[in-house]
Amino acid sequence: MSGRTLFQKVWDDHVVRAADASGPAILFVDLHLVHEVTSPQAFDGLRLAGRKVRRPDRTLATVDHNVPTIGREAGIADPLSRAQIEALERNCAEFGIPLFSLRSSRQGIVHIIGPELGVTQPGMTIVCGDSHTSTHGAFGALAFGIGTSEVEHVLATQTLTQGPPHTMRITIDGEVGTGVGAKDLILGTIGQIGVAGAQGHVIEYAGSAIRALSMEGRMTVCNMSIEGGGRAGMIAPDETTFAWLEGRPGAPKDFSAAVERWRELPSDWDARFDREVVVDAASLAPQVTWGTNPGMVAPITGRVPVPDDYEDAADREGVQRALEYMGLTGGEAIEDIAVDTVFIGSCTNGRLPDLRAAAAVVRGRKVKEGMRAMVVPGSMQVKAEAEAEGLDQVFRAAGFEWRDAGCSMCLAMNDDILQPGERCASTSNRNFEGRQGKGGRTHLVSPPMAAAAAIAGHLVDVRSFDTDLAEVR
Amino acid sequence: MDPFIRVEGVVCPLDRSDVDTDQIIPKQFLKRIERTGFGEFLFWDWRGEEGFPLEQPAYAGAPILVAGRNFGCGSSREHAPWALEDHGFRAVIAPSFADIFRTNCTKIGMLPVELPEDQVRILMDQAVGEPGTTAVIDLERQVVIAADGREFAFTIDPVIRERLLNGWDDIALTLTHEAEISAFERDHEREGPVTTPFA
Repeated sequence: MSGRTLFQKVWDDHVVRAADASGPAILFVDLHLVHEVTSPQAFDGLRLAGRKVRRPDRTLATVDHNVPTIGREAGIADPLSRAQIEALERNCAEFGIPLFSLRSSRQGIVHIIGPELGVTQPGMTIVCGDSHTSTHGAFGALAFGIGTSEVEHVLATQTLTQGPPHTMRITIDGEVGTGVGAKDLILGTIGQIGVAGAQGHVIEYAGSAIRALSMEGRMTVCNMSIEGGGRAGMIAPDETTFAWLEGRPGAPKDFSAAVERWRELPSDWDARFDREVVVDAASLAPQVTWGTNPGMVAPITGRVPVPDDYEDAADREGVQRALEYMGLTGGEAIEDIAVDTVFIGSCTNGRLPDLRAAAAVVRGRKVKEGMRAMVVPGSMQVKAEAEAEGLDQVFRAAGFEWRDAGCSMCLAMNDDILQPGERCASTSNRNFEGRQGKGGRTHLVSPPMAAAAAIAGHLVDVRSFDTDLAEVR
Repeated sequence: MDPFIRVEGVVCPLDRSDVDTDQIIPKQFLKRIERTGFGEFLFWDWRGEEGFPLEQPAYAGAPILVAGRNFGCGSSREHAPWALEDHGFRAVIAPSFADIFRTNCTKIGMLPVELPEDQVRILMDQAVGEPGTTAVIDLERQVVIAADGREFAFTIDPVIRERLLNGWDDIALTLTHEAEISAFERDHEREGPVTTPFA
């Protein structure tokens, strides 16, 4: 009998009831994160059925999707957005759930604040009504997104019914070049496996390039697991993980005992995965998406493809449609694509090292005239830490807007939105049609690549900049 | 939720792959805190395109949507199946579905039917070639019956099938195992992290 994977160990530790002919497995949920957009109907459902929140002490809420990132003091102008945030405030008060609302110094994107507080820990099960919950897998937690019906189920029972997923190991070996970081690793991986490549699978990322990443880099990688179709993405905890967690407000009181437990989590040497994929990190240049899903990606040194590059008819049709939407003909050099907007932020790339890497490129330079460039820290804590380092001054001096925390232009539910035809170099996770605003065009890139595009006015290889790229990881 | 046993009606074709939930229901409509009324916003940004099937009278009121592979990818928003349901759809047929979307569908009594690509192509071509073509989806027998009488068998998790056939409430089912949840909390639950001190 072969050993167990990291995923299997976490799963086994949380089985309340094993699957049988009468029902699926029931898993205990250690941490349920809640935000304003996918929860109101769940709370209504609870009230309608006369149910309570079973474990408010394992639930944490914040507002992020729908909040203004500027002029907060004046309140929220949009009545619908305001009503949604007030609904969450009422619901959390009624059911006793801790909430970081708009005026909290801990408010931020739900996937930034969990790790930041130290309540995201190895070996946990973590769910949230948001597909980027996979971010928390960077700590060796089993973390995945759920819909509102399941949010209600977790609120009522602190459990979730689950069919067993398949497992997939993505081994990313090799040393990345300078100017190439976590975002490039995951974009390159999705380009290789496709947007449905990991469908039905929980991914474990392994390999020397993953081990070398900071926790923030690992979060960037796990965050985008869903863009490759994965149910979740996980990375085995190690010394990097433990060091990052120690001293955080939510960290275990007996930290060394917890570390001893966590050391048991990595996949056994003889564990078997349903699928294995290998990615060569050393061959990756900075990555840029050119199309309308994250799998439509190319190295910055490359060209936009043409439909005839593809064998499959559905692929050809999809590429044709994407090119039309993106206002590209195919065949252009990626570096020749001009952008008018730059967005640095999101649960993918809104953490302190992301802002540092972007600032290293921006320092002493100016945003190209006519360009709109904004930095939206992932949390108010990240914002405060960045300001303590003077990063806000670097960005402001260059002509960037420096804003309050939220999801912002990643999904443009608030006022941070692209106009039709505008083209954005964005550090977010989705380049779907209309994602950043109807008719808006998105190119996903890393924070230093976004910063470089803001200076140059077009997509550009950050490695051509006279910058200390050691800071650009 | 309402039981799903058998659905018969017009098949509406959406011949695109990797349809993401941002297309099914764009973000500006997620500000609503109600559970209903999303149907009019379904495929909002695509509605204006010339010849978009949902706008064709022949497909009005269709309960079955047939689409390309990886349907429902992206955001976990359950608003996507809510919008499909509110518009009148009861089932979606595709070669593959994104995981969260598939789960979200079954939680509200909508049936995702996975068929091989060539069979989906037959249904798609029929629906496009002869607008108004009908089909039957029989969950008890686990078959799709095309207008020409051809039958395509599909598989579905037997537990989910049972729940859909009976329209059972998932939460009520889980709460029948309340004693087991309490026992887990007592015997196996790991210490913390407790969130309430951060309020």
